[in-house]
Amino acid sequence: MVPTAYYLVLAAMLFSIGIAAFLIKRNVITIFISIELMLNAVNLTFVAFAHMWHQVSGQIFVFFVMVVAAAEAAVGLAIVLSIFRTRQTLNVDEIDLMKS
Amino acid sequence: MNPMPWSTIWFIPLLPFAGFLINGTLGRRLPRVVVSAVALLFTALPAALVAWLWATMCAAGAPSSVESTIRPSGFDWINITGLHVDFAFTVDHLTLIMLAVVTGVGFIIHVYSVGYMAHEEGYWRFFAYLNLFMFFMSVLVLAANFLLLFVGWEGVGLASYLLIGFYFKKASAANAGKKAFIVNRIGDFGFLLAMFLLIVHFGSLDFKEVFSILAQNPEWQQQGAHFLPTIALLLLLGAAGKSAQIPLYIWLPDAMEGPTPVSALIHAATMVTAGVYMVARCHPLFDSSPLALTVVALMGAATAIFAASIGMVQHDIKRVLAYSTISQLGYMYLACGVGAYAAGIFHLLTHSFFKALLFLAAGSVIHALSGEQDMRRMGGLRTRTPITFWTMSAGVFAIAGIPPFAGFFSKDEILYRTFTSPNPLHIVLWLAGLATAGMTSFYMFRLWFKTFFGEQRIEEHALLDQHGATVHARSTTTLTMVAEHDEDQGALPHGVHESPWIMLLPLVVLALLSFAGGWIGIPAALGGNNGIERFLGPVFANGATSEAVALTTGHGLELALAAISVLVALGGFYIAYVFYYEKPGTAAALAERNRRAYNLVKNKYWVDEFYNASLITPLLMFTRGVLELIFERGVVDGSGKAAGATTRGFAWLARKQISGNIRSYAGWLAIGAAAVIAVMLFGNSLWGHL
Repeated sequence: MVPTAYYLVLAAMLFSIGIAAFLIKRNVITIFISIELMLNAVNLTFVAFAHMWHQVSGQIFVFFVMVVAAAEAAVGLAIVLSIFRTRQTLNVDEIDLMKS
Repeated sequence: MNPMPWSTIWFIPLLPFAGFLINGTLGRRLPRVVVSAVALLFTALPAALVAWLWATMCAAGAPSSVESTIRPSGFDWINITGLHVDFAFTVDHLTLIMLAVVTGVGFIIHVYSVGYMAHEEGYWRFFAYLNLFMFFMSVLVLAANFLLLFVGWEGVGLASYLLIGFYFKKASAANAGKKAFIVNRIGDFGFLLAMFLLIVHFGSLDFKEVFSILAQNPEWQQQGAHFLPTIALLLLLGAAGKSAQIPLYIWLPDAMEGPTPVSALIHAATMVTAGVYMVARCHPLFDSSPLALTVVALMGAATAIFAASIGMVQHDIKRVLAYSTISQLGYMYLACGVGAYAAGIFHLLTHSFFKALLFLAAGSVIHALSGEQDMRRMGGLRTRTPITFWTMSAGVFAIAGIPPFAGFFSKDEILYRTFTSPNPLHIVLWLAGLATAGMTSFYMFRLWFKTFFGEQRIEEHALLDQHGATVHARSTTTLTMVAEHDEDQGALPHGVHESPWIMLLPLVVLALLSFAGGWIGIPAALGGNNGIERFLGPVFANGATSEAVALTTGHGLELALAAISVLVALGGFYIAYVFYYEKPGTAAALAERNRRAYNLVKNKYWVDEFYNASLITPLLMFTRGVLELIFERGVVDGSGKAAGATTRGFAWLARKQISGNIRSYAGWLAIGAAAVIAVMLFGNSLWGHL
């Protein structure tokens, strides 16, 4: 039996990697993937706690998160495509039209 | 006594105020006839009310001061802990005389102004201000407490400022208005301090209350309480500012920049006498301090002789009258200073008649000469303007103290009371008064001879050119004016013309008053009954009366003193006759021989220059050097700039966050989240340790 702490540490590592990638990378697609990574790190903690407390609600939450993430991915990728069509770039540092 | 009719005294000030409101708001759009009708109506009605009031109060049969003080149910004006001030009016015999002067002479001058100002621009403005003045002056004399008196006091100052600066496009007129206002502020400062001291020591500002408290505490006076002379002297400072006495007299000669009716009404007959009225009204305070009384007398005597000496060498007809006013006001203070308040008020009354007359007649002369004010260019007007000549002669004889004109009785009463007063300096004061009488006679007859006798010095064609220029300068309707004037020429071939009847009628009325006005106060020594002193008896009950003085000294002394002062007046007349009629070169030769003395007097003893160098210039330097550089630019501007810079700095920091870089936003988000987590994890232990 693997202790819950191991899952949590793994989740924290995944989340940190996600944040680091989000802050460092410039490509929109990569940033997108790092967001997915963070979501999944959170999913992992949900599942771990659900297992620990023998309750099903954590797993149900994971399904909700996955559904929302899928919808978000669809919308996000559509935006990314349209940005690429107009700007010919995926570098976020160049996509700053809303800067005051 | 039924209290209801007394509430009508509220209409005495309120009617002119209504006139001010009507003319001040609608006057610009109203025709001149309506404006003058409104102004005259709203000053005639109060005059009629005062006449009614006078009849009622005298019919009641010698009312004591208690009965003669009326206070319509005033509402609570100021009611705080330790101080209660009513918006209350009071009428006693002193107020009646002042009201008669203000409304009566005021109405006469209003009539005159209708003619004098007929061609002036801003006709409605002039009458609105004049009515405003009547309002405040009535409030001043009707007030039942110091604070309400101060309201009127400041109000007449405002009206005076507005009217001196009536020709506000002329820089000298605007400056003269400011000068009058600022010099008066110095006096008002004293008045205010006196009121604060009254609140502190008496807990009241009501005349009756203050005086009764004073009467109930005779030990103050015996122990020499220092606040009594302080209050009296501070009040005197206020009076000196308003009445143009040394050292605050400098504004009055400049005030002649205003239209001549204003000089007659405000700067001769009524407003400048407010100080005398105030001293007379507060006489218990002054009586309680021999020091203050001596100062009043010395100030009055010094001002009288000082201003008279300046008046002897002035060439501007209005300035001669201005210095003469200062000098005559000095007489009134001298009377108050020796405790002869009734004599002071008597002189105030006669002075208001003859000085208003002199100013109005001078205005008529100026009108006849189309704006010329320099006496060196006048002369020979006796036949050209006969009515002006005869009426002005009445004024000149009255002020010079020739019996039986009004000025003789009042001036003589003052000199007599000065001579017999217990004041240790009484001989000096009397000599100063006597010398002033001689000088007054001299400069008034000088004015008389120079204006009405001898050769006509002004050249007609120059006059006509000048008239055109004057009219041009004063009126926008130049063309019509010049056209009218050309018509005048047809009727009066020489351009010098007598004034219209609406200006002459007031002159005639005032001339009659100047002739006969003094008869109400003929002393017992001359077979009279001291009417004015008896009339004012209830007000000045605790002062010594002439009759009491006469009992100790006898009538012989009074007659001898009267004879001396008449001789002095005739001496003044004779010198003026020799200098300016018989041998016209004598005065100039004498001035040439005493060049330095002449220049000193002619330049008014350099007092204006002295004030400039000693007070105004240092004050301006202090203002510009210290206040402007350090306070204005350093503190005021600096604090504003510092506040601006701080805001700008914070804004710069905040603006840095809005970079548009998505990853920097995410970074701040992550830092914030980390901080929240850190607080959640370690916060408890941290707070615990603290």
